[in-house]
Amino acid sequence: MGKWTRRAFISAGVLTGGAVVFGIAIRPGNRADKVSALVAGADETLFNVWLKISPDNRVTAIIPHADMGQGVHTTLAMMLADELDADWTLVDFMEAPAHKEYANYALARGYAAGDVEFPSWLVDTVNGIFLLATKSMNLQITGGSTSVPTTGQLGMRVAGAATKAVLLQAAASTWGVPVNELSAHKSTIIHESGAQSATYAELARNAAELNLPVNPILKTADQFTIMGTDVQRFDVPAKVDGSAVFGIDAMPPGLKYATVKASPVFGTGVKSIDESSIQDMPGVRKVINLGDAVAVVADGYWQAKKALDKLAIEFEQGENDAIEQSDIFTRFALAMDQAVRNGEEITDLTRGNADAAMESANIIVDAEYRVPYLSHAPMEPMNCTAWLHDDICEVWTGTQNPLGFAAEVADALDMDIANVRLHNGLLGGGFGRRAFPDYVIQAARIAAEVSYPVKLIWSREEDMRHDHYRQASISRFKAALDSSGKPTAWINQYVDKHDPIEAPHIPYGIENQFIHYTDTKTHVPWGFWRSVDHSLHAFFTESFIDEIAVRAGQDPYRYRRDLLNHEPRFRAVLDLVATKSDWDAPLPENWGRGIAIHKSFGTIVAQVVEVELVAGKVFPRRAFCAVDAGFAMHPDGIRAQMESGIIFGLTAALYGEISIRRGAVAQSNFHDYPMLRMNESPEIETYIINSGEKVGGAGEPGTPAIAPALVNAIFNATGKRIRELPVRLHDLGKEDLGAKDVA
Amino acid sequence: MITLTVNGDAHELDVDPTTPLLWVIREQIGLTGTKFGCGIAQCGSCTVHLDGSPIRACVTPVRSAVGRQITTIEGISDPIHGLHPVQKAWIDEQVPQCGYCQSGQIMSAVALLAGNSSPSDSDIDLAMSGHICRCGTYPRIRRGIKMAAAALRSESEEKEPFNG
Repeated sequence: MGKWTRRAFISAGVLTGGAVVFGIAIRPGNRADKVSALVAGADETLFNVWLKISPDNRVTAIIPHADMGQGVHTTLAMMLADELDADWTLVDFMEAPAHKEYANYALARGYAAGDVEFPSWLVDTVNGIFLLATKSMNLQITGGSTSVPTTGQLGMRVAGAATKAVLLQAAASTWGVPVNELSAHKSTIIHESGAQSATYAELARNAAELNLPVNPILKTADQFTIMGTDVQRFDVPAKVDGSAVFGIDAMPPGLKYATVKASPVFGTGVKSIDESSIQDMPGVRKVINLGDAVAVVADGYWQAKKALDKLAIEFEQGENDAIEQSDIFTRFALAMDQAVRNGEEITDLTRGNADAAMESANIIVDAEYRVPYLSHAPMEPMNCTAWLHDDICEVWTGTQNPLGFAAEVADALDMDIANVRLHNGLLGGGFGRRAFPDYVIQAARIAAEVSYPVKLIWSREEDMRHDHYRQASISRFKAALDSSGKPTAWINQYVDKHDPIEAPHIPYGIENQFIHYTDTKTHVPWGFWRSVDHSLHAFFTESFIDEIAVRAGQDPYRYRRDLLNHEPRFRAVLDLVATKSDWDAPLPENWGRGIAIHKSFGTIVAQVVEVELVAGKVFPRRAFCAVDAGFAMHPDGIRAQMESGIIFGLTAALYGEISIRRGAVAQSNFHDYPMLRMNESPEIETYIINSGEKVGGAGEPGTPAIAPALVNAIFNATGKRIRELPVRLHDLGKEDLGAKDVA
Repeated sequence: MITLTVNGDAHELDVDPTTPLLWVIREQIGLTGTKFGCGIAQCGSCTVHLDGSPIRACVTPVRSAVGRQITTIEGISDPIHGLHPVQKAWIDEQVPQCGYCQSGQIMSAVALLAGNSSPSDSDIDLAMSGHICRCGTYPRIRRGIKMAAAALRSESEEKEPFNG
């Protein structure tokens, strides 16, 4: 965890148009000087603001995050409104524009009062470990399950509380009474005598002249009136009548359409294009060579797609053209062997002396696991509309990082970022994919070649074959058990470390541990994929702990529980899921039950899944989930995210596999990269613990534990231990049954 | 030129008759509630009704829709009754997450309930398993369908059936 000690100072201003705006300055000093060059030419309503109050007493929370289904606009507005004591029926939201003052960096660099801890991934990003320092200034990312723990806790709540404080102060001076005789209730300030009251709107102009307090007092959980309740999401009504506007729905006047085909093998370029084959096709306007991809622009998407399919394109040959998936795994395995042989292990965590403990072990258990590459496959394929006109570039898309994307467009077109106007629509799924700007850069470069707005839409095939993939990996384990079956040492080696750094760490009280890795480059582009490294390491570690429990002849739930003596929070979550799932109840024949627990993004999740084997096929029938996110700001939102994370994780565990064939991605669409569907989806019950600990995220923590819970359940049902995902690669037919006495 | 009737309105269009209906609805008629997801009838995001039956607009040539009633997500609510009971149930159950697949999901649910006012779980599986929801809203969709079915049943007891 990293720390910033810089203090915030808070200022206020009045926005044109009658709305009073409370702004919180991010950095001390003359911020106009610091940002003027960056915002020159930008829309004048782009203030550094989080909250505004309109004359009709409506409060608008200005949310610097994108909605990709997680309901962040609603949850963050709840946090602001509760601290403000606003009337929830008078609360609106707007998504903040792509602007420096809404960057993660700005928030991270001392928005909040006092010392602030940030998740390591954000610190690293801000410090420019993953990106150039100059680019980190342009991060306005929604990801890492951080919206509630950082923007919400440190931004929205502080803004709401500070604004309430000045509204109270304004009322006190207007009425000539002490502040402590006043209270705020449902967007109104009331004097204790009952003689005087005023709406926030009536007080707003005077209040905005006052300096907002640097350290406003935040509510304690028992004082919450909106946080912790199940309000309805803002975004749902527009998502049931077709009126919700996603990136792909932008319709500027005179719009034309484009689609692209990039070199199937990552990293190679276009060698030649023969346009003669499409010369007579109606509606086709232009063929553009983008270097590593070819775009066709036409009057409609279908015309562009048909022409692109017919267009003769030759791609260059490259050194990766012959690579097969098996070569990649072989390379991983060799690199792991070599690292150990040469003492070149990169240490992840050392505790005690694991090697020595192995020597005195009663039993040694070892296992190797593998996971494949995974694609994000959001329902809305990558798309972006761009239009160069009047010296500006207008961009319509769905992005998890609007500011960063605007900077990429500016770079690609060699123009000032102030001349890029990015309109962020709703995201038809993100899961990490929409943090990568490749499609937006392509759209900008296509737009630069024509005089009209162009909507670039990737086909599903292009989307699946040119993703930024969750890494494939191998993880090897060795554990030492004493005579009672208790683990005394844990050695784990894996390939390809990304983020968050703690993903491979285990909560269990094992005295001697050595966790290490080796990095082996491949030509396959890597990307954040819902829960990132947690998505693989939870599968590895929670499968292996299950294997040890079985080897020790112990119940997998109680074995974990005994190793969590020192972690009461984990234990409470584990106990809750065991109780709710009726862990000890017998199951019908061909059914099995598995458990797993994992902490990610500050939130502990334990899951139990029950599976039924029907003719060798696995059906997850019921899933139970216990979650401790510290405090559930929007409980129904957490339940929705757990359901979502479970189904997303089950899809990956049962079906998900991107494999490399002749250097390119072999899969192309949902027929060969299948998804869990309604008929395969389990019933899900989610139980929430409000432990009062530090608030964690919700968008990702539902995903990691379900894959190990699933394979543990399959083992329980069949005696067959699945160590390589996806499950569908394995034959679980009757002939394999009967090995249940492995322990 | 062809004539298409979408949500009761006739549109004269100059279009290649082999163009998938999806792109005509979105790009030429300008109704963007119907979504592109896969292009090969695998995901259901583009589902619309053709004479009341759910079809995948991404693989349906526009010529096969001529002379028939096309209904999109924008056309299932009713000025008198307001939202369709399926849409109301979707709000009550807080079904959508990203929302991208939901137009298609709702169109299939509406068609299911038009022909079956008390669908069983397996009826729901059969009607809805052609759809993919990457956010995993299936449990809520199931609840939403049951809630809407109950609302439709009580509606039909009280007055004339809803004409979505």
